[in-house]
Amino acid sequence: MAALKPGEVNLGTSIMAVQFDKGVVIGADSRTTTGSYIVNRVTDKLAEVHDTIFCCRSGSAADTQAIVDIVHYYLQMYTVQNGKPTVPLAASLFQELCYQNKDQLRAGIIVGGWDKENGGSVWNIPMGGSVHRQPFAIGGSGSTYIYGYCDATYRDGMNQEECVEFVTNSLALAMARDGSSGGVIRLTIITEHGVEKIFIPGNKVPVHWEG
Amino acid sequence: MTSRLPQTKGGFNFDNYVRNAALEGRGLAVPKATKTGTTIVGLIYKDGIVLGADTRATSGPIVADKNCEKIHYLAPNMYCCGAGTAADTEMTTSLISSQLELHRLSTGRQARVDTAMTLLKQMLFKHQGHIGAALVLGGVDIKGPHLYTIAPHGSTDKLPYVTMGSGSLAAMSVFESRYKPGLSREEGIELVKDAIEAGIFNDLGSGSNVDVTVITSERVETLRNYARPNERGIKEASYKYPPGTTKVLKTSIRDLMDISETVKVATTEAMDIS
Repeated sequence: MAALKPGEVNLGTSIMAVQFDKGVVIGADSRTTTGSYIVNRVTDKLAEVHDTIFCCRSGSAADTQAIVDIVHYYLQMYTVQNGKPTVPLAASLFQELCYQNKDQLRAGIIVGGWDKENGGSVWNIPMGGSVHRQPFAIGGSGSTYIYGYCDATYRDGMNQEECVEFVTNSLALAMARDGSSGGVIRLTIITEHGVEKIFIPGNKVPVHWEG
Repeated sequence: MTSRLPQTKGGFNFDNYVRNAALEGRGLAVPKATKTGTTIVGLIYKDGIVLGADTRATSGPIVADKNCEKIHYLAPNMYCCGAGTAADTEMTTSLISSQLELHRLSTGRQARVDTAMTLLKQMLFKHQGHIGAALVLGGVDIKGPHLYTIAPHGSTDKLPYVTMGSGSLAAMSVFESRYKPGLSREEGIELVKDAIEAGIFNDLGSGSNVDVTVITSERVETLRNYARPNERGIKEASYKYPPGTTKVLKTSIRDLMDISETVKVATTEAMDIS
């Protein structure tokens, strides 16, 4: 795993994805930094690699954008030749790139999406290039603060609204404690019927636990 | 022997990088590249894009050029501000400019800003940050106005107003307090000018004048030295000394001497070759 080079743009991040019966909810904060300076306070860390397959990026901005661009290209070519790709296929492409180039990359990616075979599914590809299918996944520097909260709060069989609330609250907690995370919350709900995007501005991020 | 090895035809070569790093580690002073400690900005206004830049180029603590150009041409509908290593910003923008012109010729269509952005980011990512080019890319194409920042490692951001270079913090504070969507041409230029001036006055790496470029779907205006806030003042008095200020104490004139020399060629007797 490569260390962050001096001056490199970093996604010190809080990202998350949850699977539910009809699809997935993915979310991220919006902070991009170089050292102590916020380069972009409204970043979109949720990248589309196919119609109903998305990913959350964490690590180096340059590395993860390059990986996403390559996977996006592979999936376009795959679609032309074979039709719609599945989410595990996309995850497998990400994993191959992350594992084979692990010495030169700094990238932690969560793949989430919907396909005919699997329905909604979440695949975590942490730094090093392994893949783990999980009912929900968290990632980035902010995730360390919310492992306990997420494990305690997650329940099997949550519906879409409950998942959106789970992701929103988890990210809000991570952003409150992690200095490298913050700004707004961006959510994307991916189902059979397409994609819905939700934007929660900084002054609407939940603070109910503060009393 | 070396001629038998495959030769690189063009582009960058990093063969000396490891050697130089080792020499640097042993305490060799490295020659400094001219860095444009810079303020560059861009914003989207009602009808297009306004780009701005200061005009100072520095080499360490020395101002290498007081009035350089940092807004580079990419295509008829696209311009690119460069910060970082001056040579790298110049070479990358001109290389991509060539590629975009070839692309326009082969497709028969005006190149898109997204295409330029992708070409730039892929080139910078390929060289892993060794090309020290931090860019603000702006242009108007079939899909409307677009504005990007591209960092030396190849990451990009798409935003309605952006700043880069050492003066980016000063310039961003101006944008953050006064930018709003749907600015008029005059408001846009004024805000860009003020952002660059914030860099010129508050950042040591930036200085001299303000260059502005306005891009719309119809035309491009290059306003070179739009503002000159650092004009040299006129001296209030003359500091020339009148002739005779210094008293002549002694005069001595010597004539030049003629030195001539005559050379006599020594001849030897003919050798006996009988």
